[in-house]
Amino acid sequence: MTGAPLCYVYAIVDAPPHHLEVCPGVDGAAVTTVERGELAAVVSLVDRDRFGAESLRAKLEDLDWLEQTARAHHQVIDTIARQIPVAPLRMATILWDERGVAELLQANRPEFTEVLERVRGREEWGVKAYAVPVGPPDAPPGPAESAGGPGTTYLMRKRGQRDRARQAVQTGADLARQLHEVLTGHSVAARVYPPQDPRLSGRTEPMALNAAYLVAAADAESLRAAAARFDSPGLRVELTGPWAPYSFAEVSQP
Amino acid sequence: MTTQPNGARPVTTHPVTAQPMTAHPVTAQPWPGRPYEEIALVDLLDRLLAGGVVLTGEVTISLAGVDLVHLSLRALISSVSTLATRP
Repeated sequence: MTGAPLCYVYAIVDAPPHHLEVCPGVDGAAVTTVERGELAAVVSLVDRDRFGAESLRAKLEDLDWLEQTARAHHQVIDTIARQIPVAPLRMATILWDERGVAELLQANRPEFTEVLERVRGREEWGVKAYAVPVGPPDAPPGPAESAGGPGTTYLMRKRGQRDRARQAVQTGADLARQLHEVLTGHSVAARVYPPQDPRLSGRTEPMALNAAYLVAAADAESLRAAAARFDSPGLRVELTGPWAPYSFAEVSQP
Repeated sequence: MTTQPNGARPVTTHPVTAQPMTAHPVTAQPWPGRPYEEIALVDLLDRLLAGGVVLTGEVTISLAGVDLVHLSLRALISSVSTLATRP
């Protein structure tokens, strides 16, 4: 390592964070806090060579590094979220030193406070919905169909599959819109993400909804129940969470 | 965004006291019945790369001009065969 280490910032919490227990952070480093006024930043030191701007650029192309860092970042934030309100920062927010962190807390105090107030006593839940083609299974070719020749039968069957798939997407999209509307009604805020790439999700069905909902902790159960009611053969609904409020931490830029 | 706002509070200490906290491995399940490893990377990246507080101030190391999300997704797509072989 050359030079002083850098400061990786995970999240902002209320200060002082009494009895906060945190697991090791990125690269297994010990996690500490930097406090300024009523706010504290949760940080750990990282290697300057590996986390400087230039190496970061290269590292972001490295899936193994990305996954390790993402999981370490998440573990720290998730552990905090189970104890106290937390405003997560975007992954790989890195400052030169602790003095910079303190300045950051001071310069962004209204924004950080706003996020903490927004998420206090609330949980983020993720909901994904997939449109699934439903319909009778392909009938084996009967005598009538066979009359048209095996080529015709094959084409008709293919067309039937295609039509069903198209219809499923249509029905799925309609149902997903209703689902989103209902879940939004249970939430204090909602955020829709782009559908996940099937190559990443490993799912072949079209993704009809990929959204996050911020709900009062007491309303989480009714959100779950509402999502479960939409789960059907034509629309597979999956719930993840509770998450730390990653999706609801935007600050209005000054 | 400025680091020297008017009426800035006096800087209490420099360097700022970093209070060591108990650092130990997390043994508990993160949330009921859901070990960390089971959280799909793709769900995690939705949030970690597009969510969270984004700081653009001078205090952060500059990643200006780097579209984090774009870069990372490109990395993911190009590494998709790697991903597919994972359990």
